[in-house]
Amino acid sequence: MAGRRRRGGALLRAKLAASRAIGAASRASGRGGGTTLPGRVLLRLAPDAIAQLGAGLDRGTTIVSATNGKTTTAGMIAAVLAAEGRQPVHNRAGSNMTWGVATALLEQHGHEGLFEVDEAWLPRVTEQLEPSLIVLGNLFRDQLDRYGEMEALADDWAKTVTARSGRTAFALNADDPLIADLGRDADEHPREGVLYFGIDDDSQALPELQHAFDAKHCRRCGHPYAYERAFVGHLGHYSCPHCGAERPRPDVAATKIELRGMDGSLSTIRTPAGEIELALPLPGLYNVYNALAAVTASLRLGVAPERIAAALGQMRAAFGRVETIEVGGVAVSILLIKNPAGANEVLRTLRLEAEKEPIDLWVALNDRIADGRDVSWVWDADFELLAGVVRRVVCAGTRAPEMALRLKYAGWPTDRIEVVPGIEASLDRAAAGAERRLFALPTYTALLELRKLLAGRGLAKEFWQ
Amino acid sequence: MELRVLSLYPEQMNIYADRGNIVFLQRRCEWRGIGFSHSGAGPGDPVDPAAHDLFYIGGGQDRDQRMVAADMVTSKREALAAAVDDGAALLAVCGGYQLLGHSYQLDDEKLPGLGLADLETVREPGPRLIGNIAIEAELGSGPRLLAGFENHGGRTYLGSGARPLGRVVEGRGNNGRDGYEGVHRDNLIGTYLHGPLLPKNAWLADHLITLALERRYGARPQLEPLDDAFENAAHESARAAAGV
Repeated sequence: MAGRRRRGGALLRAKLAASRAIGAASRASGRGGGTTLPGRVLLRLAPDAIAQLGAGLDRGTTIVSATNGKTTTAGMIAAVLAAEGRQPVHNRAGSNMTWGVATALLEQHGHEGLFEVDEAWLPRVTEQLEPSLIVLGNLFRDQLDRYGEMEALADDWAKTVTARSGRTAFALNADDPLIADLGRDADEHPREGVLYFGIDDDSQALPELQHAFDAKHCRRCGHPYAYERAFVGHLGHYSCPHCGAERPRPDVAATKIELRGMDGSLSTIRTPAGEIELALPLPGLYNVYNALAAVTASLRLGVAPERIAAALGQMRAAFGRVETIEVGGVAVSILLIKNPAGANEVLRTLRLEAEKEPIDLWVALNDRIADGRDVSWVWDADFELLAGVVRRVVCAGTRAPEMALRLKYAGWPTDRIEVVPGIEASLDRAAAGAERRLFALPTYTALLELRKLLAGRGLAKEFWQ
Repeated sequence: MELRVLSLYPEQMNIYADRGNIVFLQRRCEWRGIGFSHSGAGPGDPVDPAAHDLFYIGGGQDRDQRMVAADMVTSKREALAAAVDDGAALLAVCGGYQLLGHSYQLDDEKLPGLGLADLETVREPGPRLIGNIAIEAELGSGPRLLAGFENHGGRTYLGSGARPLGRVVEGRGNNGRDGYEGVHRDNLIGTYLHGPLLPKNAWLADHLITLALERRYGARPQLEPLDDAFENAAHESARAAAGV
């Protein structure tokens, strides 16, 4: 391997230079972020470039994957490492398929790697990067037209984990049975090097199980799980009454959580290295899960617990995952929605806000490939939670009329629902009509459009900067 | 008057937000002052063919579909056949549609079907059929357009005794070859337009409500018209997505 790399060194260097030049040209032209194009070119020229460049990360590589929260979790780990003076090679713009990973490897230099990786690409990227740590957060129903069924995805992940077992450490969510089971081998023995995280504060349980409930059957024997409580979607405390498989006891656990609406949360977290108090400036229980994943990973990466808490307390939101930007005198808070489980958590957070005063909303539903072409999922998200507490909503995006219809059937009065498909016109309309504050809920590509629009007005940075 | 709906395997067969159909039916009844009752029948639960007038079954993951197929033929086949023969409406979507036929060949396994429609489904090699779809359906009052989204690995072939629900205008339909989509017999409808297809096609929702009330109360009711501006816009949006 090393010999081959030396012999091919000059050629690879030429390919790297060509690919970098394309990235620079792409950014200079102002036509795109350049967060994927150089990687695409590189992988065309040198299909094994990820393995070759990844082998240079001599202090180890961390991979983060999940349906929801991977950008935020990776951003949290990056913030912790940065506070330690460590600058990992990191695909921080959220471009998380092979070409995004390749672009980061091409354009950054360092001794350790930190990559968020798309669920479907995890097996392939893992094979090439040979990570020292894999962090797996959750699997929810998402873009079934692109990912297929969750059970099939979980099967692929199980093969990857089995292949890496003994060589890679894992940080796994104990509360997601699809993830937790990956930490046990075929004989149900715990694998080496697995740390579990989870929520141990029962007062945070949902009053009832949600509609989009994704892990119904025991991964071991196929019988339905019994849930004592659920916190987010199917994340919770469960066991199989048939074969006895149960939630592992988490090594890192939030034992006491106080949610403070959009302001974030306050948690007591038990770790093997002692207890910490975490004041997290990101809202919602879903971000507590992201923080637990980041704390577990950071411990594994050798950071002391109190230093982790301090770094996360200073954390800024990852791109589009809860940012506030001023538009025409109105504070616009952006919250990405992309699937039922994630949207439900955003709706729960907004419900807390709306208990203070009615809220103004902008919801943008796109159906481009990166959103999932199928917009059926909006009927699985509990928009009913905000019925009666929304002053006004403007629906935008390529499927705006279907969003508006969903809200009508969630019990929102139709005279408070407006449809303005264009991103710019609709945002201005929503901001002009908002009292003081506007909550913007875009799907992924609508977020990219929004970000570009705001950057064009000098209100936000382009996301690749 | 009351619309009585039974969801079959709501815990298992709900993968594409099938509950949207139920919410849609419920609201449209409530706004017209029509009562609405909804219950579910899961694995092992018996079905009383006289207790409900609209039966619904949605789509599920392979594992769930296997379990449901085995359970349905033992615990529910006869009751559902009796209900359909007696004029009850049945809407079967996606995975549920596949189970209406004689069988579903899923990889090495042949799942049994309800035998309520003369069709067979086979998981063939080749890509899943995924995308926006529009069909021209014929339900007795002239051709009308249905728009939605399909996502299925199985290919369905109708027997000589079966009529399709409609003709594919854009999309793939039953098998991507013969240009047909779905199945239609008496008040039974099977279709690959999955998940919340009723919200995208309010006329079909009202058609099902009408059929179900007619079975219960004898005479065909005239449903009070609703302000369907949002519904019509959503239908247009789904049609446009399919390129129609």
